[in-house]
Amino acid sequence: MASASEIISSESIAQRFGALRAESRCALVCYVTAGHPSPAATIELLEGLDDAGADVIEIGVPFSDPVADGPVIQESSAVALAHGVTLDSALDLLRQARISVPVVLFTYLNPLLAAGPDVLARAADSGVAGVLVTDLPLGADSEREAWLARSGLDFIRLVAPTTPDDRIAHICEHGSGFVYLISRMGVTGTRHDAPADLAPMVTKLRAVTDLPICAGFGISTADQARVVSRMADGVVVGSAIVKAAAQSTDAALKLVRSMREAMDG
Amino acid sequence: MANNVGAADLDRFGAFGGRYVPETLIPALDELTEAYAAAVNDPEFTRELDDLLRNYVGRPSPLTSAPRLSEEVGARVFLKREDLNHTGAHKINNTVGQALLARRMGKRRIIAETGAGQHGVATATVCARFGLECVVYMGEEDMRRQELNVFRMRLLGATVVPVSSGTRTLKDATSEAIRDWVGSVNDSHYIIGSVVGPAPYPRIVRDMQAVIGREARAQMIEQAGGLPKTVVACVGGGSNAMGVFHAFIGDGDVELVGVEAAGLGLDSTEHSASLSRGRPGVLHGSLSYLLQDEHGQILPAHSVSAGLDYPGVGPEHAYLMELRRATYVSVTDSEALGGFLALSRLEGIIPALESAHAVAWIKGNRGRWSDDDSLLVCISGRGDKDVSQVSEMDLLS
Repeated sequence: MASASEIISSESIAQRFGALRAESRCALVCYVTAGHPSPAATIELLEGLDDAGADVIEIGVPFSDPVADGPVIQESSAVALAHGVTLDSALDLLRQARISVPVVLFTYLNPLLAAGPDVLARAADSGVAGVLVTDLPLGADSEREAWLARSGLDFIRLVAPTTPDDRIAHICEHGSGFVYLISRMGVTGTRHDAPADLAPMVTKLRAVTDLPICAGFGISTADQARVVSRMADGVVVGSAIVKAAAQSTDAALKLVRSMREAMDG
Repeated sequence: MANNVGAADLDRFGAFGGRYVPETLIPALDELTEAYAAAVNDPEFTRELDDLLRNYVGRPSPLTSAPRLSEEVGARVFLKREDLNHTGAHKINNTVGQALLARRMGKRRIIAETGAGQHGVATATVCARFGLECVVYMGEEDMRRQELNVFRMRLLGATVVPVSSGTRTLKDATSEAIRDWVGSVNDSHYIIGSVVGPAPYPRIVRDMQAVIGREARAQMIEQAGGLPKTVVACVGGGSNAMGVFHAFIGDGDVELVGVEAAGLGLDSTEHSASLSRGRPGVLHGSLSYLLQDEHGQILPAHSVSAGLDYPGVGPEHAYLMELRRATYVSVTDSEALGGFLALSRLEGIIPALESAHAVAWIKGNRGRWSDDDSLLVCISGRGDKDVSQVSEMDLLS
């Protein structure tokens, strides 16, 4: 951990997307729950994802009551909590992992608040480039939104299929790094069909923002990743990786490699 | 409205409340806020709600003097009889109003969470009355404790979905109901059962329950000859307490006391006393007092009564506590059982285990009042649902 600073990712989210854009490639954004299936496996997985072609890694902080998540991530959070994983131990795991790609801290608000006002500085020191707070939508809490906005970390905002047009513009104005487009109704989880109306949502977003647009929720196969990569700037994969990681790190990495190939092919 | 950040202040009670939800739900909360504002200004809505409260729910509920309990407590005790409402608890005051709102918004599917089952039954009841589809989430542990209410809901045509995650009680049922709503928000309305959740729910539910205090205030003046010295109600999420408190908030001399569930004791880890022992945090869409560990993980609550078994509390209670306008105390499981037995034996009224907490607190505070003082105690529901659970406890031996 003492030598952590030299291996901490120094690439920003903007730099990574800039490089991808120059190559006309789509970003692969991979989610892992910190401490699932075990803290040691998380380090292995983080490093493996970097090699397997992830462009951004989202590290999820386990929470006891994850209302935006389906059964797969709920279960992974319960496992991580049983290992005693906290927000700060998630940051420790991150410092121990040798990864070069930018990392987004993915969390519910309550563990973030409980970690105290200095937590964002600790996150930055651990190599976190951006923060996404599932239950802090635009306008919910101006004081805490300002705290995140001035932290120096990118503040990743979400747009949902239900978000009205005028609100989409506002959300993009107040976000940075990339925009996370929730590609379908519902909580996180694996699904097998492709989201039907993704293209018009991406078009709508492009009209109001220059931020990269990453689409997620329900993307679980290489084929789906390929379809979505033709429309969005990034494909976010969460539950499918977590589900595979519950079997083995190799299974998760194999899935990610197959997605990477399908997207680049 | 969605983009007016200043509007968020209307969503709060001091620092508490707010709308901490996934983005997907924001437009539905905006829609509900607007539909509710339009409804309260529509005489037809008010007329229909009043008619349902009178002729379907059976309001006004009586105020009953409790002479033998009064003797035991050493003050004049009056009981607000929400136990006599249709379906046996105060919960239906809220569900009739929200069913009318759902109809105005054109939503035909209703979601609800339930702990003791009273809110689930009240929701299933109004859904039957209005021909709406009804899905109730209930923790497996609560389904076991409240088997009778599970059967009642199914009898009324509702689908009861067992929740096996987490603590298998009200907290997890609420999380599961929110997850359903995130996926179904275009055609479903979520009827939250207490003064919790994201804005505008805490205000809507309070307004729907405020009929308790409005009636009780007038009844006290008429029957007791004046305002009560103290108003007492149990607090889990806190809807019957907010309902009975609301009309008295401007009466500075009237003391408001909320009774939380101390379970096996406040110094044990087995209680539900979020205000007495919790600290502020965000759960289920609002900022309020929560039982949580130092890392912000929500702790399991415990109470003998399923309806109080919740690690959070309505944000307006947090605000009233900070303002020192209301006081929050607690009684243990065994004290609550004492209250349950006392009201049954002294007044011939078997209260819900939730309401028994309020009875137990006044019973345990003899000497706090003079004989002339009047107390108003909200009996939020009747105890029929608890009889089988209590029968296994050897209370009578």
